[in-house]
Amino acid sequence: MTRSAAPLTREELFAVLDEVMDPEVPALSVVELGIVRDVEIGGEGVTVTVTPTYSGCPAMTVIERDIEGALRAQGVVHVEIRTSYSPAWTTDWIAADAREKLRAYGIAPPGPADHDAPIAIGRRRPSVRCPYCGSGDTQMRSEFGSTACKAIHVCTSCNQPFEEFKAI
Amino acid sequence: MTTADSSPAGRPQSDMFDYLLRLGDDRLVLGHRLSEWCGHAPILEEDIALANIALDLVGQANLLLTHAAQKEDAGRDADALAYLRDGIDFKNSLLVELPKGDFAWTIARQFLFSVYAMLQAEALQRAADKELAGIAAKMHKESRYHVRHSGEWMLKLGDGTDESHARLQEAVNDLWRYTGELFLSDDVEQRLVGQRLAVDSSSLEPRWREQVNDVFNRARIATPEVKWMQRGGRGGRHTEYLGHMLAEMQILQRQHPGASW
Repeated sequence: MTRSAAPLTREELFAVLDEVMDPEVPALSVVELGIVRDVEIGGEGVTVTVTPTYSGCPAMTVIERDIEGALRAQGVVHVEIRTSYSPAWTTDWIAADAREKLRAYGIAPPGPADHDAPIAIGRRRPSVRCPYCGSGDTQMRSEFGSTACKAIHVCTSCNQPFEEFKAI
Repeated sequence: MTTADSSPAGRPQSDMFDYLLRLGDDRLVLGHRLSEWCGHAPILEEDIALANIALDLVGQANLLLTHAAQKEDAGRDADALAYLRDGIDFKNSLLVELPKGDFAWTIARQFLFSVYAMLQAEALQRAADKELAGIAAKMHKESRYHVRHSGEWMLKLGDGTDESHARLQEAVNDLWRYTGELFLSDDVEQRLVGQRLAVDSSSLEPRWREQVNDVFNRARIATPEVKWMQRGGRGGRHTEYLGHMLAEMQILQRQHPGASW
């Protein structure tokens, strides 16, 4: 049995995982999205702790497989994936530079997640800025889009429909 | 307490299993009912919305039933609990198993259930069981936009045309007698409440009524005056509808045990 010459450090492992893109939002890596919560190096191999974005997110299986594949390609023999639900994933974990990547990709980045604010039913919510032309003159078409994490809007200025990463 | 603890029904492990089934089955059964709209909703956006909410609910059920299976520790997993149990072993409330009805009926049920689920998940985040508390935190976030989705439709339909108003009022009248069961507490729940492992269902009712009435008022919907409430689901006594639903939901695993993608 051969072992890789120099085992990767925790920082290097994070760098490897930062190359693993989310299959449904390929503009961001699973590290940038906050799905990877921790990486631990044990005697046998590496344990990656992940947290799902939504409880029914169908991409989680693919994400776990991609994480394992990326680490194996770097010579890590034993990869264990652990799932943690607490603290619950929030879009607040997406950093400013990652939000800019989302916008450049054509997805309006999430606003702040207000978990405890009263739910505004039947009240106008602030419009989401168009990621294409920057106009604030937009309308929500549907709170649900191509994936659980996105809503559909349309820009009244440039007539472009676009998706918004929902704040949660 | 000692006598209760020594009987199988009174063991904390078995109480917790039962309680997690109640939480999981509510979401599994309602998720399946909602999935029946896939391809049939009145507009494309709603088709996507209802399917997405169904996905959330089935995802939550998966987490809860996985946890239940761990508590039971009898070699079953979430799939075995979902697809290989008979109706009498399902612990969901009667409300969630009723057929989907028309769009107004589905929206009314989603609204009544989602407000309940949101308040319940909010409280369960403080449960002493860390796994359940973590799942509850996820459920709470998701149930918030489920409430917003169905709440917006309550206003649109209730304060919409005569036809939409009449259909929504009729739906609420039909559904109301199934809401009482959501707030019934029993010995299983009370034993767990004492250990901070469950939320007392009856404690959720005042805030539920307040939030439901607020939307009813704005949607011009009258609160039905129903005195007698249906019950039985938590004890495995279901309507005839559950069996038909399970036949469809479980047929694949029943006919091809262990089949996977």
